[in-house]
Amino acid sequence: MFIKPYGDTSDDGAVQLSFTLPVKNSGRAKEAARQYVQKLGFKKAEVVHAAALSEDFTFFVAYGKTDIGLDYDKVEYAEAVDKYMSMDEVNDFIKTHFKRKLVIVGACTGTDAHTVGIDAIMNMKGYNHHFGLERYPMLETYNLGSQVPNEKLLEFARKVKADAVLVSQIVTQKDVHIKNLTELIELAEAEKVRGKMLIVMGGPRVNNKLAKELGYDAGFGAGSYADHVATFVAKKLYERMTGKN
Amino acid sequence: MTPVKSKLGLSKPKIDQARKLAAGITSPVQAFIAAHTTVTIERATLRLLGADGANADGVPVPNLIASQCGEKLAGGAASFYLNALVKLDKTPAELNKEIEKGLNLCDIPFTDDKRIQKKADEILKGLDARIAGNVAHRNAKLKAGKGKVKSPMIYVIVATGNIYEDVKQAQAAALQGADIIAVIRTTGQSLLDYVPYGATTEGFGGTYATQENFRIMRAALDEIVEKEGRYIRLVNYCSGLCMPEIAAMGALERLDMMLNDSMYGILFRDINMYRTFTDQFFSRMINTAADIIINTGEDNYLTTSDAVEKAHTVLASQFLNENFAANAGMPNRLMGLGHAFEINPELKNGFLYEYAQAQMAREIFPEHPLKYMPPTKFMTGDIFKGLAMNTLFNFVSKATDQGIHLLGMLTEAIHTPYLQDRHLAIDNALYVHNTMADFMNDIEFKKDGIMARRARQVLDETVEMLAEVKKHGLFAAIETGMFAEIKRPRDGGKGFDGVYEKAPGYYNPVEAYLKKKLKVGK
Repeated sequence: MFIKPYGDTSDDGAVQLSFTLPVKNSGRAKEAARQYVQKLGFKKAEVVHAAALSEDFTFFVAYGKTDIGLDYDKVEYAEAVDKYMSMDEVNDFIKTHFKRKLVIVGACTGTDAHTVGIDAIMNMKGYNHHFGLERYPMLETYNLGSQVPNEKLLEFARKVKADAVLVSQIVTQKDVHIKNLTELIELAEAEKVRGKMLIVMGGPRVNNKLAKELGYDAGFGAGSYADHVATFVAKKLYERMTGKN
Repeated sequence: MTPVKSKLGLSKPKIDQARKLAAGITSPVQAFIAAHTTVTIERATLRLLGADGANADGVPVPNLIASQCGEKLAGGAASFYLNALVKLDKTPAELNKEIEKGLNLCDIPFTDDKRIQKKADEILKGLDARIAGNVAHRNAKLKAGKGKVKSPMIYVIVATGNIYEDVKQAQAAALQGADIIAVIRTTGQSLLDYVPYGATTEGFGGTYATQENFRIMRAALDEIVEKEGRYIRLVNYCSGLCMPEIAAMGALERLDMMLNDSMYGILFRDINMYRTFTDQFFSRMINTAADIIINTGEDNYLTTSDAVEKAHTVLASQFLNENFAANAGMPNRLMGLGHAFEINPELKNGFLYEYAQAQMAREIFPEHPLKYMPPTKFMTGDIFKGLAMNTLFNFVSKATDQGIHLLGMLTEAIHTPYLQDRHLAIDNALYVHNTMADFMNDIEFKKDGIMARRARQVLDETVEMLAEVKKHGLFAAIETGMFAEIKRPRDGGKGFDGVYEKAPGYYNPVEAYLKKKLKVGK
C-alpha cells in the first residue's frame, strides 16, 4: 500500500513546515523561503507567514505538496512487546513463572542530570496514572538517580544480582546519548555481564529500533510507562529462562 | 512587609507561624555555617582579591592556590595571596602569571599582619568600587528604560554550548522582547570542583559558565540595551560545587540574576549538605552586595513529585529559602522565590489549583520577584498542545503578577529551543500580557471556593511540614527524605572533603567586608 500525507483530500501530499533562514525579513527572503521548500522536493510551495527574529534571521511557516509516496508494506518495526500487561498481570506473571522477585536497577547515566525519565518509570507514584516499578510487589527496584557513571551502574547491578538494568538518557544534544549508551554496552560486554541481565534504554529521543542497533534488549521512547517496561522485562526473562530465545 | 489584602482569605497568623518555624529551622544550620568554610569559599575569596587565569593544563589559579594551601585552608587562603602580593611587590595580574608558572605561595615567608591587612584594604576598596560601579550602571539603565521592561519580566534561555552562538540567539530574543536572558550551563558543570577558564565553544545542553563567557554575553546584551533603550538582564547558575565562585564572577561582570537555592544541590545533585549550606550563605552575601536577584529552585520539587500532592513542599522550601537569604543580608526585592506550573493537564480543575498556588505565593511574598517556571513534565512533543499549555501558564503568571516569567517552549521535551521557538513563546506572552493587562485588579475569588480552599489547605500542610522539620532538625529531615522524597546522608554526597572547620584566627578579609557592608551577624 502506497501512502502520502493527507491534508484535506486523499493523497494530496500536504506538509506543514516551519523554519528559520539567516536573512533579513523582506520580499526577497520570502521568495527564498518558497524556493527553498521547492528545492526540498515539494511541488507546490507556499509561504504563509514570515516574521523577523532579528536583523539577520527570519522565521517562516510554509506549506508544500509532495508527490513522494511510501510503500507501507515494506516498513519494518518491531515493538518491544506486542501486548502489554497491567501491573497486576505482571505481578501474577512473575509469581507464577519465577517464584521470586525480579531485581531491576535504573539510572540516568553519564553527565545527564535529568531524572524525570527514570523517575517516571520507577518512582512509586509513577507518571500519568501509571504506577512506577517501585509499586510492583514482585519487583525489587533500585533507582540510582542521575549522573551515574556507567561503571558504577554495572558494578551496582552485579552487586544486587540485577535481572534488568534500565538506563535513561534525556539530554541528546550533539548525540551525547549515543556515545554514552554505546559505552555502557561495550563496558557490559567487556565485563561479560551482557547476557546475564537485560539492558534496556529509555528516553524521549530513543526507540526500540535504536536500541537494537546499539545492542540493547529494548528501547522505550516517549509515551512509555512502567507497565510497558515491566511487561517487557518479565516476558523477555521468561523467554530466556524457557529457552524460547 | 507590605500588608496586602488576601483575596484568598489566607490567615495572617498562619503565615507568621510558618515564618517563625522557618527561622527556627535555619538557626542551628546558621550556627554551623558560621563556624565553617569550604574550598570554594576560599577560591571565591581569592577571585575577589584578584586571583584569575589558569596554568597550561587548564587548572585555574584559585585551584592551584587552594591545593598549595591544603589543610591550611581552614585558616583562610587570603593571607597567602595577600602576603605574596606584598612580599613580591606584584600586582594581582603579575602574581597570577607567576602562579600559573608554578610559584608556590606557601613557600613565601610571612610579612607582618598589618601589611597584609593594608594590602587587603587596598584591594577591597577597588572591589567595592567595581561592584558599586556595576550596580550604579545597571540602575541608571533601568531608570532610563523605565516602563519598557515587561511585568512580569520575560525570561528565556539559550543553551547552544557555544558562547558565540548563544550571543546570536540571545540578541535575537532580546530584540523580540525578552527582558532576561539565561545562559544554561553545560550538563555536569555543577559537579566540577573548578570553574573553567576562558571563552568556550563546546558544551552539552548548555555552555560552560566562565568569567570570559560572562563578559562576552554581557557585552552582547549591552549592545541591545543601547539599541532598545531597555535594560536586558543576564542570568547564570550560582549552584553546584563552585557556587560562591560563580557569585564572585557574576558580581565582577555585572550579571543581574543567579539561580541560587539553599537545598537544590543537596537534593538534586547529591552535593554534601554541609558544603551546600555553607556555600549558599557566602554566595548570597556576594549576590546581595552586587544587587543580584537570586532565583530559587522550588520548581524541581514538582518535576520529581506530584504537583498537587506535594504543593506544600514548594511553599515550605520558599519559606526556608527566604530565611536563609535574609540571614545573608538579602532584602526581599532580591529574592526570586521559585515555583512552577506542573500539574497534570489531564486533571480536572488543575488550572484552578495552579492559579490558587501562584496567587497564594504572591500574597505570602508580596515584595519578592517570584520566579515562575513553565510546564515541562507533561510536555509531550505535541507542540500544539504544548503551546496551549504555555498560554494557560502565561495567563496565570500575568493574573497573579509574578516577577520573573520563564517562558515555556513549545518544543520542550524535544530539543534545545530553536531560534523561532523563542519568538513564538515571546509572541504568546506579549499577547497574554496585553490582552489581560489589568485583569488582576479586576478579579476577586469566591469566598470558600475551590481556589480559596485549595490555598488554605496548602498553607496548612506547609505549617505542619515545617513543624515536623523543626522537630527533627533540617539535617535529619533531609536524611529521612522529607524534601522531594530524596534521602541524603549528612556525611555523604560530593564535596564533603572540601568543608573545613574554621581554625582559630581564621582570616578572610572579603568575608569581613561583606558582613560589614550587609550588616550580617550583628
